Amino acid sequence: MEYILKGALVIDPKAGLEKQLDIHIKNGHIKALQENIDEKDIKIYDLQGKIAAPGFIDMHVHLREPGGEANETILTGCQAAVAGGFTAVAAMPNTKPCTDNEAVVELIKARAQKAGLAVVYPIGTITKKQQGEEISEIGSMFKTGIVAISDDGKPVINSDVMRHALEYAKLFDIPVISHCEDPYLTAGGDMHEGYWSTFLGMKGIPAQAEEIMVARDIHLAALTGGRLHLAHVSTKGSIELLRFARAQGIKVTAEATPHHMLLTDEEVKDYDTSTKVNPPLRSQEHVEAVQQAVKEGIVQCIASDHAPWCREEKEQEYTKAPNGISGLETAVAVSWDTLVVNGGLSPMGFIARFTTGPAEALNLQRGFLAVGDEANLTVIDPDLKKQVDVDKFYSKGKNSPYKGRFFQGWPVMTIVRGKVVMQDGRIKGE
Amino acid sequence: MGLKRKDLLTMEQLSREEIDLILHTAKEMRNVLKRDIKKVPTLRGKTVVTLFYEPSTRTRTSFELAGKYMSADMVNISATTSSVVKGETLKDTGQTLQMMGTDIIIIRHGMAGAPQLLAQSVKAKVINGGDGFHEHPTQALLDMLSMREKLGEDFTGLKVAIIGDVLHSRVARSNVHGLKKMGAEVWVCAPPTLMPPGMEELGAKVTYDIEEALRGAQAVMMLRVQLERQKAGLFPTLREYSQYFGLNSNRLKLADPGALVLHPGPINRGIEISADVADGLQSMINEQVTCGVAVRMALLYLMLGQKGE
Repeated sequence: MEYILKGALVIDPKAGLEKQLDIHIKNGHIKALQENIDEKDIKIYDLQGKIAAPGFIDMHVHLREPGGEANETILTGCQAAVAGGFTAVAAMPNTKPCTDNEAVVELIKARAQKAGLAVVYPIGTITKKQQGEEISEIGSMFKTGIVAISDDGKPVINSDVMRHALEYAKLFDIPVISHCEDPYLTAGGDMHEGYWSTFLGMKGIPAQAEEIMVARDIHLAALTGGRLHLAHVSTKGSIELLRFARAQGIKVTAEATPHHMLLTDEEVKDYDTSTKVNPPLRSQEHVEAVQQAVKEGIVQCIASDHAPWCREEKEQEYTKAPNGISGLETAVAVSWDTLVVNGGLSPMGFIARFTTGPAEALNLQRGFLAVGDEANLTVIDPDLKKQVDVDKFYSKGKNSPYKGRFFQGWPVMTIVRGKVVMQDGRIKGE
Repeated sequence: MGLKRKDLLTMEQLSREEIDLILHTAKEMRNVLKRDIKKVPTLRGKTVVTLFYEPSTRTRTSFELAGKYMSADMVNISATTSSVVKGETLKDTGQTLQMMGTDIIIIRHGMAGAPQLLAQSVKAKVINGGDGFHEHPTQALLDMLSMREKLGEDFTGLKVAIIGDVLHSRVARSNVHGLKKMGAEVWVCAPPTLMPPGMEELGAKVTYDIEEALRGAQAVMMLRVQLERQKAGLFPTLREYSQYFGLNSNRLKLADPGALVLHPGPINRGIEISADVADGLQSMINEQVTCGVAVRMALLYLMLGQKGE
């Protein structure tokens, strides 16, 4: 298997590279990366006008398997990943049974390997059964391949347990990914607390429910010297706390989702359950603050928080419907349209949020281009405008608030380990 | 002329003209209710289902009688004795009712937005009989009909005070929307723990001081306070709540002489409203019940009784 990607603008944030180059790929690896490679009898992909980047990483997805196969499987989730331009994903451990032991870690890895599409990095739970009490066998899971620990979906309420998790994870130099939520303040809440929750008559979730835990965890990171990563930050106050942490030199990374950078709580007004997500869609000032922080790099990762649900789950009363947006197949386009087309972020900065940002947060040796390395690439067509068609999603979750909307800047090719697994939005060889 | 809409889900969506039409029609229905023989054949052959996911006496009975007085076939379903307890979804329940030939479904549900979900799922018409803390449009309409009887049709410049648990009140939200559209000045008054954010943006004036709310008001709407809110820590005791936010005859003197006192019921005597005020000359509480039937007759007529529909 040998081919040349010709004429793309190659952008590699780690190397500071932004240049029109050809990429020669052979036997799964990058053989050459230079101007005008002319080899006879080799397949050529003409990528004039496109941008070629190191393979994108989505560090926050829910693949639902084992246990939630009606909503997603590792196979369909990996299909959604490569369709969305991702070469690697980190899978959250709130499976059934949850990923709190090496057996489930092995199962996820084996099934991901069988799928043969995106690389799946399992995340283990912080605490046994995600109960927030005793820490899980982090070491055993680390040996088996976890890249982080998280009780995502639930906060670790007990500050002492969180402290010990941050301390213990230092043994393996992996981050503790915190889902920041004060459960007393969020109890019974369906959406962001503000004008729209009053208008719609639903219990609100104040921004402070997130910020209180963000503040706690930042202080615990300072106390322990552990690696803290904040999942899906969604409020202005969280961003201010991150700035404080940076100024103090506290080790903390953070991710934001495309929906928290674009959509406000006004989207909820027709009770469309595809807008129900945790943390909830916030008001304009929060959306602007999150977007600004991503542009500045205060938040260095964009993650989809892909949370697929089958139709029956979402076709319910808003209060009954589960939280989550099926995001893998729209994350890149929504973010490009929001940040680059309309937000003035450079393509280099944009790509960093999907490559070096998550790679550094998870301590992974990927997210850059180097001759001799495995070829993992994401190609974007910055001019392509396309409508979101949920019926064409590979994901089983059609729960997208973007359905029917147009976005500019779509992934058009995904290369994993040298293999072109997606072209023009469709998976190759399906 | 009928209502040119499939469903009646909120006061927020209704125009001033639609509200006027409903209230004018309801006034005529109010006269029908004064007759000895109340039954008219207007809705013969039409089927009306009340689908109640929450307990209710007044609203459900009011709809039922409204339909019966107009000769519609009425079916009452309460969630606790239906397939809902077997786990049937709202969408499936709605479609089942539709396939049985239901013309209109009246839904009461504890979750906001449930009527919207039902309306999207069925071709039958849907009336919201109260959803969560969202809206209770027929209550607002009957409150306005009761007010019209004493205060006239023009609400411009009237001060209306809505006092009590505004946070959990669909009645308050529907009345704010409706009364604002009809030109009234609407005040909402609650302890800070029971006042949701953004009421000013909805067009209401906000105060925590019941005396300020009452001063010069032409109509006072008291809201029911529930003991479970005390358990949730929103106020310390019903006794203290009553001291600060209860309406009694002394406080009522701050309002306009002859100001109307309304309450959506059921009332907690001695808590949000003292017995002498509830039973007093200014109380509209009983009149509201009758107006409720009239308003619901008007709606069923305007939504079902028109030729060519």
